[in-house]
Amino acid sequence: MSEQNAESEQDAVSEQDAGSEKDAVSEKGAARAGALLSVRELSVRFRMRGGREIAAVTDASFDLAPGECLALVGESGCGKSVLASALLGLLPGNARTSGSALLHGTGLDLLAADEATLARTVRGRRIGLVPQSPAGHLTAVRTVRSQLAETVRELTGLRGQELAAATRQAAERAAFPADHLDRYPHQLSGGLAQRAATALALVGDAPLLLADEPTTGLDRDLVDRTVDELRGHTRDGRGLLIITHDLRAAERVADRVAVMYAGRIVELSAAAPFFGEPGPRHPYARGLLEALPERAFTPVPGMPPELGDLPEGCAFAPRCVRASEECATVPALTGGLACHHPVPAQDVAADSERDRHRDLDRHREQDRHHEGSRA
Amino acid sequence: MNAPSSEPSSAHPPEPSATPSPEPSATPPSALELRGITAGYERGAPVLREVSLTVGAGEAVGLLGPSGCGKSTLARVAALLHRPYAGTVLLDGEPARGWRHRAPRAQRTSVGVVFQQPRLAADPRLTLAALIAEPLRATGRKDEAGERTAELAESVGLGGELLTRRPHEVSDGQLQRACVARALVLGPRLLICDEMTAMLDASTTAALVAVVEEYRARSGAALLAVGHDRTLLERWCDRTVEHAAVQAPTTGKDATGTDATAAATGTDAGAQVGGAPVRSGRRAPADTSAG
Ligand code: SF4
Repeated sequence: MSEQNAESEQDAVSEQDAGSEKDAVSEKGAARAGALLSVRELSVRFRMRGGREIAAVTDASFDLAPGECLALVGESGCGKSVLASALLGLLPGNARTSGSALLHGTGLDLLAADEATLARTVRGRRIGLVPQSPAGHLTAVRTVRSQLAETVRELTGLRGQELAAATRQAAERAAFPADHLDRYPHQLSGGLAQRAATALALVGDAPLLLADEPTTGLDRDLVDRTVDELRGHTRDGRGLLIITHDLRAAERVADRVAVMYAGRIVELSAAAPFFGEPGPRHPYARGLLEALPERAFTPVPGMPPELGDLPEGCAFAPRCVRASEECATVPALTGGLACHHPVPAQDVAADSERDRHRDLDRHREQDRHHEGSRA
Repeated sequence: MNAPSSEPSSAHPPEPSATPSPEPSATPPSALELRGITAGYERGAPVLREVSLTVGAGEAVGLLGPSGCGKSTLARVAALLHRPYAGTVLLDGEPARGWRHRAPRAQRTSVGVVFQQPRLAADPRLTLAALIAEPLRATGRKDEAGERTAELAESVGLGGELLTRRPHEVSDGQLQRACVARALVLGPRLLICDEMTAMLDASTTAALVAVVEEYRARSGAALLAVGHDRTLLERWCDRTVEHAAVQAPTTGKDATGTDATAAATGTDAGAQVGGAPVRSGRRAPADTSAG
């Protein structure tokens, strides 16, 4: 854990930022300077019995700007939820973190802050958490109104009539219907339970929303509505970090995508070129996207490695058709890619040419990207 | 399978007009036929009303519906795990005579089932190898366990040390792989997959669908895949059916008929449709409501 030297680190971070993420986020470049959250080289290790160590997250770096939605995607067990827990200070006792996660405007490094600070000033106030399982997050024996009121009182100090009004407003902000406020969680549909949980997350007016698998188990229509609503909350400048294994949900709402594999971010890209043309450049990211039933519907061969038993070098090498001797060393994340042999943008385009109908606009976009990757 | 190379089919709205099925003169009996199934957990408030659905021999049918619509109950009825209040279930043309442990062994073992949540469907004390072999043990075919388990474990991508682990030591995806192997271990004629991939990422989903399709290609088994993901089921199955369309209409406007084939949306024009048309004694009220 680095010392709490937030100010100077912040400067160092913005400098580094300008260089390392240029490619991936060029069109968002302006927003970078005023990032809400800057995560640098965040690593999480779990110490297990018998001295075994699990490398849940390794060297994750990214920024989140106000009004921006970043989707962190990957298979279950890739470390993305651990990363979220690390930002909220919710890791179990056997976890050790390193790196930094600066929450701008507070001068606070989330990884260095103590539990009291996180509980008092961060969770709910600076970062609103939209949980994975709203049913589990709500208290079963109390009505939505009572839970919402308690959170409003805690965060605003309001009482009486004002509290009641603020509670109704809080429900309204998450589109939770007022006539359902006196229901208990088990009386709510999946969609309404999710809205109740979102309402709770929004009470403190936190500038950063963190949604950890907010759509697990929901039907597609409800997934779409849930992520659209979350996205709506970025309109007034909130940042949204959405952690999901659902690529379609990510495609729907994200400005940028970070793909995690075996604890590392392997590709960090603007969403449009990632989901459209030329597509993902990292072999794993590309394989994951191609596994969708609306695309090739072919799985990435093999299974991800155990985080407690990672192979030397690139962790994807045993499953990668592009692997070479070079891949015995871990590739660094540069220009939004951590790969020794990324899929060239032209190849991707040529492949898709055979598969898909494309229009002239896309050709133009591809040319632009081609130039970009030479730069 | 794997994955037809053609474009994924786009979503077709259900056709209310029935495509007449070919005359089933010499065709084998349907793998599954549900006739007028009413089922639920409270007599007064059934979650399924007079559902009729046919899965032809070797056919793959996707049953689409939102969560909570009763399609999981339907899957459990078809797998002889839940006794309906009324209606008939036919497996390979044979009427079901009992449910759960009362089901005749031959019928029970002719259906393999995979559920949405592997953690709820797996005995936490068993290793993955024992889990896969469980149905063999339960049917007194223990001696085949070693060979069959190894074979199936390999086909679902599990191997070596993983097979000695217990459910809490593996990921959801790995456990679901074991559950698919378990469902195949007795060589079922019909597979029922109830939201099999709802918890899984895209790659594991594609991998498990490929395992099921390889088995079906080898064995000629039929499939009923229940889910809410239209894109997935349309890519996977010969045809898809809306859950609302297999129920008897309650209001007369949200359902179009009782015969599933009436609402079939073939993903492949040449796909064999439904085997025998439903010939229940009950007249389909479709004629009055479908207009
Ligand atoms: S670094 Fe090598 S093994 Fe890893 S993804 Fe790139 S090409 Fe494949």
